[in-house]
Amino acid sequence: MSALFTELFVPFSYDYMLKAMWVSALVGAVCAFLSAYLMLKGWSLMGDALAHSIVPGVAGAYILGAPFAIGAFFAGLLAALGMTFVKARTRLREDAVIGLVFTTLFALGLLMASIWPTSVSIQTIVLGNILAISDEDAFQVVVIAAISLGVMVFIWKDLMVTFFDESHARSIGINTQLLKIVFFTLLSACTVAALQTVGACLVIAMVVTPGATAYLLTDRFGWLIVIAVALGAITSFVGAYLSYFVDGATGGVIVTLQTLLFLAAFYLAPKHGLIAARRRGLAPEEVAA
Amino acid sequence: MDAPNRAYAPLIDASCPSIEVRDLTVTYPNGVTAMRAASFDLGPGTICALVGPNGSGKSTIFKAIMGFVRPSRGEIRLCGLPVEQALKRNIVAYVPQSEDVDWNFPVLVETVVMMGRYGHMNFLRNPSRTDRMKVDAALERVGLSAYRHHQIGELSGGQRKRVFVARALAQEGTIILLDEPFTGVDVKTETAIIGLLRELRASGHLMLVSTHNLGSVPDFCDEVVLVNRKVLAAGPTAEVFTQKNLEIAFGGVLRDFELGGRALHEDDDTRRVTVLTDDERPLVFYGGKARRRKEAENGTREPEAK
Amino acid sequence: MTMLLDWIVGPLSYPFMQRALGVSLLVAAVCAVLSCYLVLKGWSLMGDAISHAVLPGIVIAYVLGLPLAIGAFAAGLSCALFTGYLKENSRVKEDTVMGIVFSGMFGFGLVLFTKVETDQHLNHILFGNVLGVTVRDLVETAIIAGGTLLIVLLKRRDLLLYCFDPNQARAVGLPVRVLHYGLLILLSLTIVSTLKAVGIILVIAMLIAPGATAYLLTDRFERMLPIAVAVALASAALGTIISFHMDAATGAAIVLVQAAVFVLAFLFAPKHGLYAAWRRSRSFSQGASESL
Repeated sequence: MSALFTELFVPFSYDYMLKAMWVSALVGAVCAFLSAYLMLKGWSLMGDALAHSIVPGVAGAYILGAPFAIGAFFAGLLAALGMTFVKARTRLREDAVIGLVFTTLFALGLLMASIWPTSVSIQTIVLGNILAISDEDAFQVVVIAAISLGVMVFIWKDLMVTFFDESHARSIGINTQLLKIVFFTLLSACTVAALQTVGACLVIAMVVTPGATAYLLTDRFGWLIVIAVALGAITSFVGAYLSYFVDGATGGVIVTLQTLLFLAAFYLAPKHGLIAARRRGLAPEEVAA
Repeated sequence: MDAPNRAYAPLIDASCPSIEVRDLTVTYPNGVTAMRAASFDLGPGTICALVGPNGSGKSTIFKAIMGFVRPSRGEIRLCGLPVEQALKRNIVAYVPQSEDVDWNFPVLVETVVMMGRYGHMNFLRNPSRTDRMKVDAALERVGLSAYRHHQIGELSGGQRKRVFVARALAQEGTIILLDEPFTGVDVKTETAIIGLLRELRASGHLMLVSTHNLGSVPDFCDEVVLVNRKVLAAGPTAEVFTQKNLEIAFGGVLRDFELGGRALHEDDDTRRVTVLTDDERPLVFYGGKARRRKEAENGTREPEAK
Repeated sequence: MTMLLDWIVGPLSYPFMQRALGVSLLVAAVCAVLSCYLVLKGWSLMGDAISHAVLPGIVIAYVLGLPLAIGAFAAGLSCALFTGYLKENSRVKEDTVMGIVFSGMFGFGLVLFTKVETDQHLNHILFGNVLGVTVRDLVETAIIAGGTLLIVLLKRRDLLLYCFDPNQARAVGLPVRVLHYGLLILLSLTIVSTLKAVGIILVIAMLIAPGATAYLLTDRFERMLPIAVAVALASAALGTIISFHMDAATGAAIVLVQAAVFVLAFLFAPKHGLYAAWRRSRSFSQGASESL
């Protein structure tokens, strides 16, 4: 029995594991902060699109030996411009435009990786590889996450007003255009960071699930953020820890944990959970006074 | 087209609140011109109704006042200032349509009303004692103090409307824009809102109300701006809000019916009752001869201003 | 001229290329048809979701000894159904729920894949393995894709009405629920059939680009279908050949060719293209200045 116990502590004795766990927790926290907003607006596709769009940039950066954040930045910019341009000039719906742009960019990244397979491991980009992250890459991730978190702490209330009622936000003097640009810049930055921990295909979970879980647990937006950030950080930390025993697949473990917590909240949340609602004899949305 | 002269009268008194719209033309990128050469002026202590059929440009005017769209031509001044500057000074408060609100947003009633104070707070948006007092007062005034800790989705239709009116009150904007405030609202709430608007008018506020509720307009609105892709008429309610003008503005999309003759009277009284409605509280005219069918088919007349 | 012909036909002398081309064309055709509906209905996210959600189904099917296609289909459909269930019973927005479910399933699938010893390569599941397609794969794909294509073409008008105006569809007595779930099933089947050719990550591109391109080129849905199919077939053929010469990932090449075709349509479509719009605005402003 004590052997099992000792076994559980093994990951903490490795430096690479500690690095992975703390970096994951930080990324999980800041992504969760953003998820409070994304999930309210239903911007899942946007989150997935951003993560896939930056792949060619990251691949290109690795091929050229440049910092991956720079490559990601340019790819993200290209994606945003492309989407805006096509949306403005055609009658295609927004979801089709987003889908078109991100799949094209992603395919470009795949093509590049298939031509230069030694420089770019497409598997790393798509699935993440936090357990084997280099120190330079880890440093970039930490800087991005820390700055994003700092900015969010300052602007979260104005963001809340802007996303709740943009007209009102303008009427009280908030520069909503600028604020939205800042938000999406932060989202792009955190997507880049999350690419390292969970990979392009799972970033969407990080920027949506924790917030949604918190949404089922509270009616106060301030608390929603606190709960989401806690959930994001803890699941990322624990997920990284557990992945030691699963031979990698860190992203998969983290996301599975987050999803399980969401399902738990869906059923068990004291006010907005399914069981509570059924007991009241109502559909969960009709929590009328 | 001759609109009443008042629309072009130069502003003598630059006191606040005021809205001046001059030759406003808005063309969207898809080529549609939603509003052409609109001009009207509104001053303090006024409740003005913005009336027109769907797609007539009412929301375009609101968007232009809030700075969401740039005029292709012309300009808007709020209290003599360009729109962007006026918005920074908390001059305009906006009460949205119910459909535009995400009622599932996780905010409490008091949080929404507190949002009205954000423009008065510091950068970190920490509420001061004054802010809290104003929020309390606003909640009290609309009768929602008991509900302050409820999530907004839990309120009834009438209560929901009042939350945003409270927010406007807390914001202390001197110009208040109300977007279809009577949609889906019961009579009691409608009366309460109208009462509140009258009080605000008495204290000098300027309110612009976009509405389909034709029947209520003569009740509480001093002025009316009739639009259909351009301003058809603007001025005092009694002058502008006539049956003829409405029929021109709505171009046949009003539901109307007339009662007269034996259906209405037991004698030979020729006066008729005309009921016009654009979906909400109908407007009722009584007296005068009914217009003949032939006149109604001519769609190119100009609105009248007596 | 013979050089060009050589360049195109040369690769096709290899049997594996012939099979690769066959699979690509089949898959392109059925995806193109579905994409017309997806683009109109706004189901891009749904396509994205189902294509990712199939992963755990594949692993579980392998463990249970079932055909992988069955597992993929079951997982994909469950994702859509479970999303519907969660959305109906909570206040979370539908798009959010969809993102949570499919990413959760995909993440779980990755964990399963790592733990279960399969003879599959993750890369092949994610990105397809069109150059390694066997005759049996080709037949399997032909059956699924062909069957799906047939059903969609037979029901194309009902599906169109449902996508365009579900209320009207209900009003004329169409079984709206059947159409809804039917479309989901067809979508899942389509995705399953493409697994060999482009893999789950890229199939979403095949489910959007042809329809989007066709949408720019015509105002009539009857024309949209054949245009989308033509575009997709041409892109698949060209993409496969190009990938051979470049020694690059075939699925990615096909997607990029499709994107290039979209860009051409975006620029030069006779009515909705950028060039046409520019010419219209020029003549409009000239006309306007004349009439002043």
